Amino acid sequence: MSSPSPSGETPLSHRDQGRSLRHGSRLDSYVDAYAERTLGMTASQIRSLFAVASRPEVVSLAGGMPTIASLPLDVIGDRIAELVRSDGQAALQYGSGQGDPRLREQITDVMRTVGIAGHPDDVVVTVGSQQALDLVTRIFIDPGDAVLVEAPSYVGALSTFRSYQASIHHVQMDDEGLVPQALREALAALAAAGTRPKFLYTIPSYQNPAGVSQPLARRREILEIARAAELLVVEDDPYGLLGFSGEPPRALRADSDDGVIYLGSFSKTFAPGLRVGWALAPHAVREKLVLAAEASVLCPPAFTQMVVSRYLDTTDWMGQVKVFRELYRERRDAMLQALTAHFPPGSHWTRPDGGFYVWLTLPEGLDSQAMLPRAVTARVAYVPGTAFYADGFGTRSMRLSYCYPTPERIDEGIRRLAGVVEAEIDLVATFGTGHLAGRTGLGLPAPDLT
Amino acid sequence: MHVTDLGHVVVLAGGLSHERDVSLRSGTRVAEELRSVGVDVEVRDADASFVAEALRTPPDVVLPLLHGEQGEDGSLRTVLDLLSVPYVGADPVASRTAFDKPIANGVAAAAGLAVPQSVVLPHAMFRDLGAQVLLDGLVSSLGLPLAVQPARGGSALGASIVHDAAELPSAMVGCFAYGQDAMVQRFVAGTEVAVAVVDTGGGPRALPPVEIVPDGGFYDYQARYTAGATEFFVPARLPAPVLDEVARVALTAHAALGLRDLSRSDMIVAPDGTVTWLEVNVAPGMTETSLVPLAVSGAGLDLGTLVVELLAQAQARGTGA
Repeated sequence: MSSPSPSGETPLSHRDQGRSLRHGSRLDSYVDAYAERTLGMTASQIRSLFAVASRPEVVSLAGGMPTIASLPLDVIGDRIAELVRSDGQAALQYGSGQGDPRLREQITDVMRTVGIAGHPDDVVVTVGSQQALDLVTRIFIDPGDAVLVEAPSYVGALSTFRSYQASIHHVQMDDEGLVPQALREALAALAAAGTRPKFLYTIPSYQNPAGVSQPLARRREILEIARAAELLVVEDDPYGLLGFSGEPPRALRADSDDGVIYLGSFSKTFAPGLRVGWALAPHAVREKLVLAAEASVLCPPAFTQMVVSRYLDTTDWMGQVKVFRELYRERRDAMLQALTAHFPPGSHWTRPDGGFYVWLTLPEGLDSQAMLPRAVTARVAYVPGTAFYADGFGTRSMRLSYCYPTPERIDEGIRRLAGVVEAEIDLVATFGTGHLAGRTGLGLPAPDLT
Repeated sequence: MHVTDLGHVVVLAGGLSHERDVSLRSGTRVAEELRSVGVDVEVRDADASFVAEALRTPPDVVLPLLHGEQGEDGSLRTVLDLLSVPYVGADPVASRTAFDKPIANGVAAAAGLAVPQSVVLPHAMFRDLGAQVLLDGLVSSLGLPLAVQPARGGSALGASIVHDAAELPSAMVGCFAYGQDAMVQRFVAGTEVAVAVVDTGGGPRALPPVEIVPDGGFYDYQARYTAGATEFFVPARLPAPVLDEVARVALTAHAALGLRDLSRSDMIVAPDGTVTWLEVNVAPGMTETSLVPLAVSGAGLDLGTLVVELLAQAQARGTGA
């Protein structure tokens, strides 16, 4: 970097000797070397807007961050200090590729709350359930293989499937989640085209992003369809314990030992910063998941696994889950009340009975992605619906999360958003359109958008 | 001059504009370059704590790298003047003039530069007079293709090129998402060139022109900030007289708009060598894929050293209040 500095007297000329790029440069020496799967990994102007959403002036209804401020942080701090003092040699060492045996036992206890009788040997601990999703995709998907997902579906799952070059097929949902008849039709359409999907990815309880849940009868029907079609089900259940009424919904895995891979997580029931999740899989699948995990990260972090394990052993963790439920229920109520109070006619939204999200559909002709810059100017942010589709759908929809802002901030954010929607209605009425061509969604998810 | 003479340097980056992300990357990049030549530098956001902090411990000199509104429309620079803090770059009035593309176009045209034929209209005008008749009028008076962009703002946010009249309503909606006024221009085809102008005391000088060849043909946000998506040539692959002409155009715009220290003019060179000036940036991007660092490197200069000279000059100039 030691080049001559410009002197005031010497005129600089384009003919000066410099580090000339006469042959052109793409500022990336490896531009021709990347794998095909990186094709969609580009800068995005919509993604860049979320840099503004992180500022305190903006009410962010975009991120899915749990409110960890309600955790007993002083108690957890003491437990962690104690862990390092008493068991540091194990906590700071490599561990088993499958995960800490004691934690795997505890995970089977956690899963009993959603009706699952699993064996610790069939549990693989992962770096968040996102890694479990990555490993499942890695062992099942070759480029071009079909997967079935809900419409809309979790942006992080779509990103994983895309990175393994899966062919993603959306299946319709309604207010009770995945529609069984739509699943039958999707399977028939794929079969007619000579394709058999590798698996169905579903979030049956308090779905991200739609906030809807499958009733028990529908869960049974979906399992029956999958059984008949020999279709593997990948059940993602991060929110199952965060319902606002009644008992936690019974997991699909509770009624199908061999047909379901169940993905669980401590990110919403404890803390996402620890990155501890898991997969419960049929024995043969579990073997491959462990080998794939070892190839990926050798082993999940021993330290954070032991933090979770001690937390489960020494605190009233279910009591804390109840604290979370109450907190999120209050915020859900605030969001639904604010939507009713402020939003113009023509919009409709889901009424979640758990989890983090409301799925809102705008009046005909509006485009949530085109509207986002205007929302950011008004100091409110959300995730446009297109992020949750692999095929460009979702332009009229958006995901609003109520998990992080206080009820007062939620009300203020919805009030601002309603003003933005009203202005957008005016704009679209003027030009007769809100849709822009060439939608591709957001590409890769940022952690705070998941 | 020793870099320690500069004292405490603050790089202002972030802000609340749509270009916050780009600004943060510019700020981090320049701060690294300054540290590499021994400068005591701090990157600070323009947030609620900035003024109080600046009053408590005033920076010795500021490098504003806030892009978009606030950063480039003169308002932040007005605050720096009020705080009596010296800073690199144009004063508030010149910044405001340069940032407003229609006004800057007028100034450049008055200085004898060729600018695209353009029409500027607010959203309310389309609503009140009827969109279709105005859109038809735009197409018939300017012809196709058209370049549509917000009258203020950068990084091609809200900008699009319209080849078919049927695409125009969507382009207008996309544009109005970023601002109240749309500038619709006759699209000028040719080689896209950016010319940085620096003045470290001996008068404004043009750096080698950078030629921009985006893969998709349009230098949009994705092409700007995805490494590998655009090919750059420094100097631009143009005949020597044309290279001299683009330098002259950039220097003319810099002078006519009353800019100082640093600016970057964007222009189009038609196949016949005619140069059309498009716009100027008073806080040009400094990211890993930005044009000014390329031009600096193409001139055989070191970015850190150059910025040190600009900071020293700003400090010597003192405050504008």
